[in-house]
Amino acid sequence: MASLLGRFCRKLVVPGSAHGSRMISTTACDSEAVKSLNLYSAINQALHIALETDPRSYVFGEDVGFGGVFRCTTGLAERFGKNRVFNTPLCEQGIVGFGIGLAAMGNRAVVEIQFADYIYPAFDQVKRVFPTLEFDFSTAEFLIRGFNSQIVNEAAKFRYRSGNQFNCGGLTIRAPYGAVGHGGHYHSQSPEAFFCHVPGIKVVIPRSPREAKGLLLSSIRDPNPVVFFEPKWLYRQAVEEVPEHDYMIPLSQAEVIREGNDITLVGWGAQLTVMEQACLDAEKEGISCELIDLKTLLPWDKETVEASVKKTGRLLISHEAPVTGGFGAEISATILERCFLKLEAPVSRVCGLDTPFPLVFEPFYMPTKNKILDAIKSTVNY
Amino acid sequence: MAQHLKSSSKSILLNILRHNIGFSSPSHASRHLRHNLPHGPLTTRLSPNPITRYCNTMVDTLSSIGSHEDTNSQVMDFPGGKVAFTPEIHFISESNEERVPCYRVLDDNGQQLTNSQFVPVSKEIAVKMYSDMVTLQMMDNIFYEAQRQGRLSFYATAFGEEAINIASAAALSPDDVIFPQYREPGVLLWRGFTLQEFANQCFGNKSDYGKGRQMPVHYGSNKLNYFTVSATIATQLPNAVGAAYSLKMDEKDACAVTFFGDGGSSEGDFHAALNFAAVMEAPVLFICRNNGWAISTPTSDQFRSDGVVVKGRAYGIRSIRVDGNDALAMYSAVHEAREMAIREHRPILIEALTYRVGHHSTSDDSTRYRSADEIEWWNKARNPLSRFRTWVESNGWWSDEAESDLRSKIKKEMLEAIRVAEKTEKPNLNHMFSDVYDVPPLNLREQELLVRQAIKSHPQDYPSDVPL
Repeated sequence: MASLLGRFCRKLVVPGSAHGSRMISTTACDSEAVKSLNLYSAINQALHIALETDPRSYVFGEDVGFGGVFRCTTGLAERFGKNRVFNTPLCEQGIVGFGIGLAAMGNRAVVEIQFADYIYPAFDQVKRVFPTLEFDFSTAEFLIRGFNSQIVNEAAKFRYRSGNQFNCGGLTIRAPYGAVGHGGHYHSQSPEAFFCHVPGIKVVIPRSPREAKGLLLSSIRDPNPVVFFEPKWLYRQAVEEVPEHDYMIPLSQAEVIREGNDITLVGWGAQLTVMEQACLDAEKEGISCELIDLKTLLPWDKETVEASVKKTGRLLISHEAPVTGGFGAEISATILERCFLKLEAPVSRVCGLDTPFPLVFEPFYMPTKNKILDAIKSTVNY
Repeated sequence: MAQHLKSSSKSILLNILRHNIGFSSPSHASRHLRHNLPHGPLTTRLSPNPITRYCNTMVDTLSSIGSHEDTNSQVMDFPGGKVAFTPEIHFISESNEERVPCYRVLDDNGQQLTNSQFVPVSKEIAVKMYSDMVTLQMMDNIFYEAQRQGRLSFYATAFGEEAINIASAAALSPDDVIFPQYREPGVLLWRGFTLQEFANQCFGNKSDYGKGRQMPVHYGSNKLNYFTVSATIATQLPNAVGAAYSLKMDEKDACAVTFFGDGGSSEGDFHAALNFAAVMEAPVLFICRNNGWAISTPTSDQFRSDGVVVKGRAYGIRSIRVDGNDALAMYSAVHEAREMAIREHRPILIEALTYRVGHHSTSDDSTRYRSADEIEWWNKARNPLSRFRTWVESNGWWSDEAESDLRSKIKKEMLEAIRVAEKTEKPNLNHMFSDVYDVPPLNLREQELLVRQAIKSHPQDYPSDVPL
């Protein structure tokens, strides 16, 4: 119950509240104008900037016209017109497929899939996809609907199979993902692992508002198809000072957001706040934790994680997605290959369970702070 | 008594239905009978039986709730617009009484039908059309044989569909972007893709624009606005819609054109694409090559509608059914469709009826599921080449001499193209790793190193014709 309350009451910390922690992005200089924004507002800002800076860019998806079910597209249709910001019919494979076509013609298409849970029908199109189309998928669940043919078979392979005659670099697919406390099977999924298995696309997951704006702008402008998962839990919960200007955070660069010596923790998105709490608790027991935000899962920054584990000798990975076949397995296997002799303990994975995401049982399913803390201790005491 | 009650409760239901849900009436005549009581099973209402009168009263009360002041009003505003009511319960038939007729200009013998409407073609265009149809057929023959001889890994012919291929291409402009399925190389041919370029892709050599990554017949040319073939069925349809939207937004005098087969019309992407195209008002032509077969699946196992043309209306899309083996009809239909698409910002669906004379591919032997006689009949009696040739010759634009000159020229070119393609070296190994992304990421650079080490250790495991 406490963890449940903790989940609901969880808010991103005010800057500087935990020493040594850089949960809050350190992108902007102090002198630049910043504004206190939550995640959906930061994303909204990024979209405004993207549309402003490229007249051949589009934002579309289900319900984006009035601002979207999570308010990420507020004001865009009014400002840029219904020809550039519009609702689509309810069809993820159509949304992604249409976006691929737009990107193939040199446009930037920012597509929203309402829930990543619904991305699967578009899956196939993504494989053919053109990189920089941005789809605004409301939840990663719905993204699975787009997953089957368009994303995997079309988007991801578009440049390669054409011998670089064509590409859909302008495609970015945005989807809210992750647990929200009451989402159940179809509004809570974390499908990132499926996409990490598809050569040709990139997978990006921000942890906070400031990170989200910079990473989203990078994703939109990256010349490859990007699937951008937004932790929906943080849409309103996370508040941060976000620079008002146009800035980008590089892809495929992990960030050490908390330095430590005893164990390396790797995570992404909303899970990092949980992991940070565990790090704080561990510190009280004399364990110094290094926390890394991977940010880009495909292609991922192995070097930063490797350097950290060579220093600490221990690795713990945590993600909401089910443990079996989750992206933690890839990180674990890679680090084992690279750091075997430096490891003091087996790589630990604290992840979601191998069940469909349950409603009543969510608190049992989730990789909670205490599960992580216990794993930190048993790894350190191995 | 029980029976009587049963029928009156049925009539209560029917009365409620009648007044609250609009069913389409089966014929125009019955609409005029709107104010009269219907005949048939509802005649129980006409009886003075007290139970029936109760039904009448109930129905009147219901019908006055939420309707317009004028209680005789037969129109209601639902979201989506006004719709007329009908007192008759009638289901729209699953099909029209007659199938949608098929537009054709030439009869089976290549004689122009009287009163046929068509877009005229000049001698130059007609001769090029016919020549390209011959070239396509010969190219297919020779590549097919090459595969049989083991010189090619795979091939798929377009036998029987030469008119669809060439005539549609001829009716388009070079700026129209093509999203093919895989049986439309004739469009590339029309636009100037050379036999050598076809051969290079089929042999996957270093001159292949696709850099040896895909199976034969997966052609693509950005120069000729022909997007690279992907084997997945119908995935190109929604892509074409997005591309068309882009053309519209950029105000280009061009449309997107996408091809697919009867089998492709069953895919989800077909429905997604048509719906999107209509809603987005995208200038895209959906050209269905209904050739009767999806590998071994006949159309009777594919859908139960009157072919594909009737599906257009379901999405609000203007559609036409054409004789796909009639080059003039194809040309005219595509020409008109293109005009409408670009001028009016709308999609058009063209169902080209034809027959797949060849096997699905070199991996298929279609005599296992259809009769050799049937194939032969279509090949001989309904051949698109001979029909068009007759018409071209009737204008004095072609001759036996021209035919044999062309055929010997093409044969020589083809054999030379194959000879050259076969001995051209394969693409360099580094092309396995390029173009996955715009720039190879670290993991791919690492993997290339690992592969090169493996090659050094075990060269016998690897083909010697791939340069390192």
